[in-house]
Amino acid sequence: MKIVLNGEARDVAATDLAGLLAECGFSGRVATSLNEEFVPAGLRAAQTLADGDRVEVVAPMQGG
Amino acid sequence: MGKTFYGVELPNPLMLGTAQYPSPAILEEAFRASGAGVATVSLRREGAGGAGQTFWQMIADLDVLVLPNTAGCHTVKEAVTTAHMAREVFDTKWIKLELIGHTDSLQPDVFQLVEAARILSEDGFEVFPYTTEDLIVGERLLEAGCEVLMPWGAPIGSGRGLNNTYALRAMRAEFPDVPLVVDAGIGLPSHAAAAMELGFDAVLLNTAVARAGDPVAMAKAMMAAVEAGRMGFEADPIEARDMAEASTPVIGKAFLS
Repeated sequence: MKIVLNGEARDVAATDLAGLLAECGFSGRVATSLNEEFVPAGLRAAQTLADGDRVEVVAPMQGG
Repeated sequence: MGKTFYGVELPNPLMLGTAQYPSPAILEEAFRASGAGVATVSLRREGAGGAGQTFWQMIADLDVLVLPNTAGCHTVKEAVTTAHMAREVFDTKWIKLELIGHTDSLQPDVFQLVEAARILSEDGFEVFPYTTEDLIVGERLLEAGCEVLMPWGAPIGSGRGLNNTYALRAMRAEFPDVPLVVDAGIGLPSHAAAAMELGFDAVLLNTAVARAGDPVAMAKAMMAAVEAGRMGFEADPIEARDMAEASTPVIGKAFLS
């Protein structure tokens, strides 16, 4: 399936958001959005992916 | 006893940003040496190396209060989504709400700010709005559910200090019971002290420390400044006057001429 992950086009095997995180090696404190909508951690496994989906995975970073 | 921030009493009046330091070690030392009790943080795309996790561990080890921001957001939707992500990642209801309206000055878009503050407050967030010194906007933010106001001193990163002390003083007078924080624009310890002398409850700064030649020493200087400013405010300073008034008594002076 072709998706866009953090702005980069990717071809992935995962069919849901939780699977995508595992496939791409994300762990720890991250938050996710799908097509600009927040997806809480508890709903990632139930969140299926479709071709062309835009996924954002963010983590703690320095800020002012 | 100082005012509380959504029920939390800060250990001291210095909120310190975590960006732009020469190294993570210097960032860590700036916090430890100064004793700043609140750290602002952000969210960015996580890379394959998990840089965010390393950063988070360091912040967690500092044992400070964490205030995530919505830096760089230009729309209500973007800011609200970012706030939700921050609440999950940082496990806090606190959110420093930034809605940028102007590219060069990074001036807040106060119209969108009020709208986002209302949405987030209704959703259980404890909003710290980065705002201007406008009193009516301040009123609207309080009506929207905010219990803290954070007017800018000057544009973010400019180091200009307090551009409009008249308006900041007016804000203090208008909202005597609301915790007020000068957020952004501080360059020198004297600026931070001046904010506290106006009766503000805290100062939030980042660039002034992180970009100083010696960030650790500057962080300590800023802490000394906010504490001196607070003590000065609480000590009820004298009014400025135009003419001299001799401090040494005239009575009893020897007649020598």
